[in-house]
Amino acid sequence: MTERFQYDNRIVKNFLFVTILWGIVGMLVGLIIAVQMVAQNTPPDAWYFWIVRPFTWLGELEWTKFGRLRPLHTNAVIFAFVGNAIFAGVYYSLQRLLKARMFSDALGRIHFWGWQLIIVLAAVTLPLGMTTGKEYAELEWPIDILITLVWVVFGINMFGTILKRRERHLYVAIWFYIATWVTVAMLHITNSIELPISLTKSYSWYAGVQDALVQWWYGHNAVAFFLTTPFLGLMYYFMPKAANRPVYSYKLSIIHFWALIFLYIWAGPHHLLYSALPDWAQSLGTVFSIMLIAPSWGGMLNGLLTLRGAWDRVREDPVLKFMVVAVTCYGMATLEGPLLSLKSWNAMAHFTDWIIAHVHIGGIGWNGMLTFGIVYWMVPRLFGTKLYSTKLANAHFWLGTLGIVFYAIPLYLAGFWQSGMWKQFTPDGYLVYKNFLDTVMEIKPAYWLRALGGLLYLSGAFIMVYNVVKTVKSGKLIANEDAEAPALEKVAAEEGGGHWHRWIERRPIQMLVISLVLVAIGGLFEMVPTFLVKSNIPTISSVKPYTPLELQGRDIYVREGCYTCHSQMVRPFRSETERYGEYAKAGEFVYDHPFQWGSRRTGPDLLREGGKYGHSWHYYHMYDPTSMSPGSLMPPYTHLYEHDLDTTTTKKKIEAMLTMGVPYDKEPYSPGFSDRANAHLMQQSDAIVAGLKKDNIDADCNKEIIALIAYLPRLGTDIQVKEVTQR
Amino acid sequence: MSVIFLLIAVSTVVALFFLAAFVRAVKSGQFDDDRSPAVRMLNEDSPRQNNNP
Repeated sequence: MTERFQYDNRIVKNFLFVTILWGIVGMLVGLIIAVQMVAQNTPPDAWYFWIVRPFTWLGELEWTKFGRLRPLHTNAVIFAFVGNAIFAGVYYSLQRLLKARMFSDALGRIHFWGWQLIIVLAAVTLPLGMTTGKEYAELEWPIDILITLVWVVFGINMFGTILKRRERHLYVAIWFYIATWVTVAMLHITNSIELPISLTKSYSWYAGVQDALVQWWYGHNAVAFFLTTPFLGLMYYFMPKAANRPVYSYKLSIIHFWALIFLYIWAGPHHLLYSALPDWAQSLGTVFSIMLIAPSWGGMLNGLLTLRGAWDRVREDPVLKFMVVAVTCYGMATLEGPLLSLKSWNAMAHFTDWIIAHVHIGGIGWNGMLTFGIVYWMVPRLFGTKLYSTKLANAHFWLGTLGIVFYAIPLYLAGFWQSGMWKQFTPDGYLVYKNFLDTVMEIKPAYWLRALGGLLYLSGAFIMVYNVVKTVKSGKLIANEDAEAPALEKVAAEEGGGHWHRWIERRPIQMLVISLVLVAIGGLFEMVPTFLVKSNIPTISSVKPYTPLELQGRDIYVREGCYTCHSQMVRPFRSETERYGEYAKAGEFVYDHPFQWGSRRTGPDLLREGGKYGHSWHYYHMYDPTSMSPGSLMPPYTHLYEHDLDTTTTKKKIEAMLTMGVPYDKEPYSPGFSDRANAHLMQQSDAIVAGLKKDNIDADCNKEIIALIAYLPRLGTDIQVKEVTQR
Repeated sequence: MSVIFLLIAVSTVVALFFLAAFVRAVKSGQFDDDRSPAVRMLNEDSPRQNNNP
């Protein structure tokens, strides 16, 4: 019997509009920090001083420095721009693929407003410095809980729709959506386990190496299951639709899906190559990363080959153009990813701008361009009209493509170039570029070009806004689109009889996949005995918990987002031990909640910062970095000299650390220490202020800066540090 | 490194979930037809009287 029903387009429209809105916001923040990064301390006599002044002025404010805006940028583009694009695409395609209206309009509305609330909360809390200090998971615990709830609402709405569907077959896109939902839920919950000490501050439950492993297991899978699988689902729906021809090979798309999800989960440790993570875990990450080339490229080719025989239409249709560039960028990023997972390659590229270029090929290439293609395809259909201007869409396409080129290529070069300088030795065995800052100065032209690339990309997006507004005005929203489809019949009895194994014998491909899965899982259990070896983290007896003042200083370090530019992870290469000092040991980080290894060295590594400079150097440097390092790109942190350190939290912080096993009840501390923590803190800050006095600095012992300069010279001094000439 | 047990357990649970989903999907015949779904998704199902001829 044929049933008549209506598709809900209003929810799709809502998600689509906020996708554009947050996309602009996220990219704008990206542009701001790109300019800050190259122009922060521009002298007033430079000819371009007034051009960059708005950006550098923001960089001098407490709330809009690089360290606080960078998490805002990443969270905005990942969870607001790409997130809303996913929901718009899923709500549109799911209804049509399943021939059913979404399960519940009300749940859709809760999902929509809940997600926007999360984004607004993020946009407020991140500039205020409320952060967990874990990349792409910076949002504090109340927002984490909200994310979980909204995600569950989305899940109920999606699975509810799947249950009441009128089409028995689940098109491959839906499989990608399901995998996204399941895996993101698991990742988010596992990585967000934290111990709150107040509404706005919590500590990661994991410490040091463990925290790093959980974080990058999350971080990598966030790329996999938030930026990749849902977008592959969208690709498999919108690309055939836009080209009006079936996907090149449906069979390949199914293999693509299953192979991808089984391999992706294990690749996370490739973010921690040469770190203090045990070697076997690193190798495991590499192996799975290399294997990922196969399904990724299978999917990319499947997308591109869908256009076989239709390439002439690509010339005319901007939607297809956007999609072709998007899928090509997907192919580039997924080839590059496995290559970067090779240890030799990683030794060179890690901590450089290469990685920034790599993620933007994925971000603005794959996610951005596919989203734009979908917007241009969907808006006219939702509003029952034609796109206002194909010409403007083409202009957007070229600006976007040029933007990607100008963004990525200079950064690839900069990464390669700077890494070379970091590793270059004179014939007598000394570092050629002894001063880290010299290597930064060399790549500044690349930073300018990158900002230009970002500007081009963003201006393209503004053209899209104009085009969409015009298109929307020329039409009227088809809020409820009529559709009809036969009701789903009851499932006929399963083909009965026969041996249980018959069904798989008739399906060689599926059998191959299943065996692969079993082998993968079996291999893991084979490794379990190695996990049992306790020696994975050598306990270093000289490593002691932070003093209360250092702990407060560390929390300021986290709050200011220092990890967005400084790593705390010296790798075991001569070029690094020579520059920074002894390489990192796993046992050094056991009291670090959260770990602060970082992922990019815009400034030098800080793991062995202790012992290099005295308190007065840091005191001057934080107030005006250029006073100690002429030409430095680091913003001034004058607000730390104005704000009093909040010592009311000290007791709670020490108690939280005790709960997580940090021995504040043993030597050099003793039971009941949390009550005496503030006395200890005052004593130490008085001592630092007395020391500063000797250098003719009049400091106030109550200010936040004292805590920070207590923490920095402590870094990495617990274990015997080799003599280092200069960083 | 004890957290690795957690990660492996969690990852394995998800992998087993996907495995179960895969087996179920295969058994229920989801993948028997690997041609027509790709074509059928192209058809819009607006009611007949509204269709343009």
